[in-house]
Amino acid sequence: MSTAALELKNVTKRFGNILANNNVSLTVNKGEILSVLGENGSGKTTLMNMISGIYYPDEGHIYIDGKEVLIHSPRDAFNHGIGMIHQHFKLVDVFSAAENIALGFDEPGRFDLKEVSKKVSEISKKYGFNLDPSKKIYAMSVSEKQTVEIIKVLYRGADILILDEPTAVLTPQETEKLFKILRSMRDDGKAIIIITHKLHEVLEISDRVTILRKGEYIDTVETSKTNEAELTEMMVGKKVSLNIDRTEPKDPQKRLTIQNLTVISPDGTKVLDNVGFTAKSGEILGIAGIAGSGQRELLEAVAGLQNIADGKITYFDPSSGKAESLRNKTPLQIRDLGVRLSFVPEDRLGMGLVGNMDITDNMMLRSYKSGKTVFLEKKPPKSLAEKIVEELEVVTPSISTPVRRLSGGNVQKVLVGREISSNPTVLMAAYPVRGLDINSSYLIYNLLNRQKENGAAVIFVGEDLDVLIELCDWILVLSSGRVSGMIPARGAKKEEIGLMMTARGK
Amino acid sequence: MITTIVNFLQRAIVQGIPLLYGSCGEIITEKSGNLNLGIPGIMYVGAVSGVIGAFFNERIAGDKLNPFFAVLVPLLCSLLGSLLMSLIYGFLTVTLRSNQNVAGLALTTFGVGVGNFFGGSLATLYGEGGALSLKRTSDFFKTALPFASKLGDFGKLFFSYGFLAYLAVIVAIVAAIILRKTRVGLNLRAVGESPATADAAGINVNRYKYLAICIGGMIAGLGGLYFIMDYTCGVWSNGGFGDRGWLAIALVIFAIWKPDMAALGSALFGGLYVVYIFIPNLSRSSQELFKMLPYLATIVVLIATSMRKKREHQPPQSLGLAYFREDR
Repeated sequence: MSTAALELKNVTKRFGNILANNNVSLTVNKGEILSVLGENGSGKTTLMNMISGIYYPDEGHIYIDGKEVLIHSPRDAFNHGIGMIHQHFKLVDVFSAAENIALGFDEPGRFDLKEVSKKVSEISKKYGFNLDPSKKIYAMSVSEKQTVEIIKVLYRGADILILDEPTAVLTPQETEKLFKILRSMRDDGKAIIIITHKLHEVLEISDRVTILRKGEYIDTVETSKTNEAELTEMMVGKKVSLNIDRTEPKDPQKRLTIQNLTVISPDGTKVLDNVGFTAKSGEILGIAGIAGSGQRELLEAVAGLQNIADGKITYFDPSSGKAESLRNKTPLQIRDLGVRLSFVPEDRLGMGLVGNMDITDNMMLRSYKSGKTVFLEKKPPKSLAEKIVEELEVVTPSISTPVRRLSGGNVQKVLVGREISSNPTVLMAAYPVRGLDINSSYLIYNLLNRQKENGAAVIFVGEDLDVLIELCDWILVLSSGRVSGMIPARGAKKEEIGLMMTARGK
Repeated sequence: MITTIVNFLQRAIVQGIPLLYGSCGEIITEKSGNLNLGIPGIMYVGAVSGVIGAFFNERIAGDKLNPFFAVLVPLLCSLLGSLLMSLIYGFLTVTLRSNQNVAGLALTTFGVGVGNFFGGSLATLYGEGGALSLKRTSDFFKTALPFASKLGDFGKLFFSYGFLAYLAVIVAIVAAIILRKTRVGLNLRAVGESPATADAAGINVNRYKYLAICIGGMIAGLGGLYFIMDYTCGVWSNGGFGDRGWLAIALVIFAIWKPDMAALGSALFGGLYVVYIFIPNLSRSSQELFKMLPYLATIVVLIATSMRKKREHQPPQSLGLAYFREDR
């Protein structure tokens, strides 16, 4: 076919004895947006990394414009007009946008940042971006950083663009803007590959969809001739129901009240400003907000891990009904009351698990104080580890495998599973499904729902607004450390929440 | 009074030059994300290599010492010695990805040992009273501009040094310009901040790291050469170089990773290093207290920069970390 911009034929990649991609073929045409869909560990990112020169395929062929090419390094990929926007942005924080864009690109002529800035402005105008080239990356929002990444590949004259989960960190409005830009690039004749977990986005943006499952190529279908259920079935390999059964809260009681909570970060800015809300037992309270709006500090304040500048945190004991202030308690005392925090940071391992220790040992991080002798009691944590591996379908060679070796989604199941296993009275889960595929996500939603039915007050910090609306009873919206509203989730509108997320000066 | 001040400033600058070479080399190395704690050892080897070169050159040339070769031979020997040391460090930390702190400390221990062994052997075999004198070679290194002595204090302050002192300042300024203004500098800084980003942008990370380590090491080695050939007038004695190598690494932090700042800082450190001589009536013990001043200044700077929290003043983000593209 003459319009094929990029073609992969029978590509295979192994890591040790793990088969990451087996015999995968894929074609993307000029002026087309192709979605690559698959669960965690289905090999989407590995496949894209082979196109962009991070990995080198063990077998198979890659064709660009009909000619076979070998891509040994990112530089080769650039020379063939391939640009990748990685899920974790590849930007130097202390550089300005223009410096990042010029990085590693040997243009003829003198090195002149002003010239770079001028060309950046031209590209911005052409596709409708909005970017200040002299702004430093660390001062940018996630969406701005993404803009820098996209302009960077366009600047180098890329004709084939690969975007790895570009919408994972964006608000609905930002996503809409991104899609508009992608469409205008498509109309300009670029070939675009987009990786995403979100089915509705696949249906909205792409022309065709290629589905991978466990490293194997399944099928490629035209977007206009398919639907969510069919795509899910191909992706998971079996029929799954995509409904979250939300039960009506039973006898909600006040469990946790927060009043006028203010937290000041070490560099003097208010990360939380006069925040107040109540979490009730038997309910799920969702917290929406752009990443870094104070979600982390809020949960950490409750768990006793943050210095609080001002405000009250009151916990109501379910058995005695006594009100207790959590402010002057140590994290351990708060835990003993039944308040549990599971926070999944962007790098997943950063908080809560030790990468080099196995699953059993990681379970013991929560129970190391409970032994009676000086020696460790391995049995209870071992059976807990086995239970979690079985119930949550954790894919691991054994429970004595270091968690670092598990794929991201499986690491999360271990973390969330451990926190839930303790029958908490308040369960705070931040981003528990971050980067998880549909199947595992629904497993986690159901776990949260089970806790809710058991009478726990669940606080759920999420990124996907659709899920927040479907799963929660209440949604609290944070915007730069302030509460911009608390609304009932039933009947809430995504656009309304999106606007509240970016509301300022309220 | 004026003469005392000029004397003090001149001594400060002379003391500062080895530090400037050392810290300039270390800054270039650290900008590639490699913390080279082997710099003190490399400076030692740079010094002793120059001594060996000068020694044999003097013996072969006999009475007729050619000024050109008298400078060139020790210079090349010194560069070669520190290059070899840098290659050992580069191979260990970049190719084999071993721990940078351990490799660097081992290299310093090794370098000091090499210096003392060869320098000490030469001194014992051919020197007088346990010290080896290469005064004839040193005279060429120390040759100042001819009109310096005619300009009085002004000439003394600005034109009385050997060529290596001026070279140090030129190296620092050129390094600062390259780091700040050129594409190579931008790429190098990116490698030190985030090698994965640099790699994805098509930069050959390992090549940049090797080049920065080797060039940085060679610059640092010149500091050792200057110390022997200019400062001590060609006299090698074991341990004479002292802790200047570590002071050079401290100066990197003081200069917040900027070579031009290091040029100013080196004069300041040099001044703090010798100020005790110029304060009258100090007892032996308070002299030792004054010798602590450069380290005290470093601690103050560390506290000040970490309080200001300005991202540009922090060390390169990937400093001390090995990079492997396919790491999962």
